[in-house]
Amino acid sequence: MSIKHQIIASGLILGMFAIIGTALVGITQQTTAEQISENERQALLRKLNQILPHDKYDNDLLQSTLTIAADDRLGQQEAATIYIASKQQQISAMIFPVIAPKGYSGPIKMLVGINIDGSLAGVRVVSHKETPGLGDAVEIERNDWILGFNHKSLENPKQKNWKVKRDGGEFDQFTGATITPRAVVQAVHLCLVYFNRHKAELVAQYQQQSVSHVERK
Amino acid sequence: MSERNYNEITKNGLWNNNVALVQLLGLCPLLAVTGTVINGLGLGLATLLTLVVSNGIVSIIRHWVRPEIRVPVFVLIIASVVTAIELAMNAWLYDLYIVLGIFIPLIVTNCGILARAEAYASKNALLPSLTDGFMMGVGFTLVLVTLGAIREVLGYGTLLSNAHLMFGEAAHSWTLVLADDYPGFLLAILPPGAFLGMGLIIALKNVIDKHMQKTSSTPIAASETTAPASV
Repeated sequence: MSIKHQIIASGLILGMFAIIGTALVGITQQTTAEQISENERQALLRKLNQILPHDKYDNDLLQSTLTIAADDRLGQQEAATIYIASKQQQISAMIFPVIAPKGYSGPIKMLVGINIDGSLAGVRVVSHKETPGLGDAVEIERNDWILGFNHKSLENPKQKNWKVKRDGGEFDQFTGATITPRAVVQAVHLCLVYFNRHKAELVAQYQQQSVSHVERK
Repeated sequence: MSERNYNEITKNGLWNNNVALVQLLGLCPLLAVTGTVINGLGLGLATLLTLVVSNGIVSIIRHWVRPEIRVPVFVLIIASVVTAIELAMNAWLYDLYIVLGIFIPLIVTNCGILARAEAYASKNALLPSLTDGFMMGVGFTLVLVTLGAIREVLGYGTLLSNAHLMFGEAAHSWTLVLADDYPGFLLAILPPGAFLGMGLIIALKNVIDKHMQKTSSTPIAASETTAPASV
């Protein structure tokens, strides 16, 4: 066989394996796609349910969303999706995706649930890169600290006390880690401020959206 | 293939030529995910499955693939297999998939797998190749689990935490808390702990090897003793 033939034969074999490999991946992707998107849906719903227990709402949380423009107070650089919970057609709470930009080692992603009366329904950290054993106490699996936000609001405590204790506020810091809780407290407070400013607007936008949904049906 | 040969494959995979302890391959994921036993076990089993499947396929096609293109073909096979495994884990072991994250696709870059394809599967029949992949995988998994156990006990004071990620809700109760109110030992959890732990395991293996060599070489002189691990 001449060199030319060898090259062509090698190319063909390589091409054949490329096709087989791609086919294998393609078939697996086809069979698992549905299960994977269902898993992601369930995982998101589980997180939302940690903040808002089932009895606090009766609508389909994952379908009741609003898209809001990027806002510094939420730490969002891009448009974000918020989840609207309602009970008997009355909006009961909203869940905001919030990014605390000033974590010890990078941004901390959180979900902040705020009841319609302005009190916090709950806060959860979704992902972070804080130091294991120190800053990671913001995770609910490691420490109950994050539950301390429940029922807090803009008036409780007063604005000057929306800080960790070291800064003269009322929230605990962790031994060996002040920066992480400081970042989280700050971000939660800013989210409350955002909610306070835009509450009426968000409610109106959501009602308009659901009306147009009904009309389309 | 004789019985003796399979014994040889088993011994090589588990001990004499262990991927992690002797060949020192695939250390990046090994050091990165071994914070707990379950993480180590998860990555170990994914690697084991990849090794068996890729060794099997490489062995089947070994006569058709021309030597000059064998490496790209092996890489292609391994990459496809790993991607398929990644998708399957995403679908059926979602929580564990989230924990292991980036290290599942990184199995592709575990040189241990390419090394077995090149050094063994491309030269041997299907059954020995499958056995070799399985035993190498088991050897790798054992090291991951051991290192995970050492780091979990020292770092968190627990064993088998998060077992439910792999074995379902019933496994919540498997977690052994060895010391209540354990303050945690940061060094063991962070990457340096992985390096130190790995070094200690390798040292222990070498000590055992030396000891066995000494005891076996006394009666039969220095006839057929295996080479020391450091070669």
